Amino acid sequence: MNDLDAEDRARFEQLVLPHVDAAFNLARWLLRRRTDAEDVAQEALLRACRFFNGFHGGDARAWLLQIVRNTCYSWLEKNRPLELSTEFDEELHLQACATPETLAIAGDDRRRLMLALETLPPRFREILVLRELEGCSYKEIAAITSIPVGTVMSSLSRARRQLYSALTNSSQGACP
Amino acid sequence: MRCDFADSLLQGYFDGELSGRRTAEFERHLRHCDHCGTELVDLELLRDRLQLAQMYEPATASLRRRINAALYATAPTTAVSQPLLWHWMAAAAAVLFVALLLGRVGLRLDGDDYQDELAGEIVDAHVRSLQPSHLSGIASHDARVVKGWLDEKGTFAVPVRDFADDGFALKGGRVDVIEGRAVAVLVYERSGRPINVFIWPTRERDSPPRAGSRQSFQWVDWRKGKMEFCAVSDIDRVDLEHLHQLINSSA
Repeated sequence: MNDLDAEDRARFEQLVLPHVDAAFNLARWLLRRRTDAEDVAQEALLRACRFFNGFHGGDARAWLLQIVRNTCYSWLEKNRPLELSTEFDEELHLQACATPETLAIAGDDRRRLMLALETLPPRFREILVLRELEGCSYKEIAAITSIPVGTVMSSLSRARRQLYSALTNSSQGACP
Repeated sequence: MRCDFADSLLQGYFDGELSGRRTAEFERHLRHCDHCGTELVDLELLRDRLQLAQMYEPATASLRRRINAALYATAPTTAVSQPLLWHWMAAAAAVLFVALLLGRVGLRLDGDDYQDELAGEIVDAHVRSLQPSHLSGIASHDARVVKGWLDEKGTFAVPVRDFADDGFALKGGRVDVIEGRAVAVLVYERSGRPINVFIWPTRERDSPPRAGSRQSFQWVDWRKGKMEFCAVSDIDRVDLEHLHQLINSSA
């Protein structure tokens, strides 16, 4: 907060800090582990504060979530590069998830949904989280993920289909 | 049967992101496409499940504390808390100031204090009028002349009557300023003693006379017919109240 004068600090507190929940939620689903998500969310908030002079109004949540997302991907590249390098393979992921063990763990629907969502590649996971959990518009998602609005629509289509099939397969208790 | 044509349109329709024209286009398609109808139901179910399962995970209180601590760790704590403190102090001062203002207004609205202050000003005006040099008005015992002169000067119509027969001889009139507003003053004389009657418009209802004394002068104040009157003199109060009755009965 050193770099900001009193007025900017007040603006930061007013515009950005209300979106700490959104920041943590996105980090939590991108990193899949709460402790990692807390570290990264905190780092993202510090970055946002440092870059706040570059925020010229508009959607503060989208601006913050963009920073959160970038911080998450940097963290993944450094700590779990495999998660990013593996292009999503529906069959592979479904196999990985729908073993009898994981199905036994998925006792309730929340766990089932959580496991299904976590098997999706990060880029599909984030788009579902932003749309279904955070309630972002296509325009906001496009801004946060730096992809065209048309791509948001087609990505959502694929992400939803994958989540749906992951759930269907896991609830049937069968691995393909 | 799959419907490739509408796949991403379906998402846009489901999310309410299509333009009016494309929405209409998709709805026409929907009437003939069972696949898209089923897909829409599935999407709805999936969304309901996600909502019902409360998948959103908000930040914990401890994370918020951590973030706040990290944000302010680089700056001396007072650097942040001071502006806040000043905000609070400014707000408190503003509240105090308003309270004082209200208090003052309250005092001013309080009958006795208001009358006291007003009487003070009027008596001062009366004293000023007694100075030899103080003559800015019209000297006349003719009520119509005095009224004509006052009507010309003031913005409100002043009732003017001569009560010479009752021992209050009209001597003239002038315009003065009381509490920042112009008031009309009628000058009477009784047994060689001057009496000033200050008159100004009011929105208040009629009120019975209130009397007081100040600096050895007597004053009587009353309201009638949307006019406020205040008579000041060093004559007896009984005589002043007599004048009040005369003016009131003629107004």
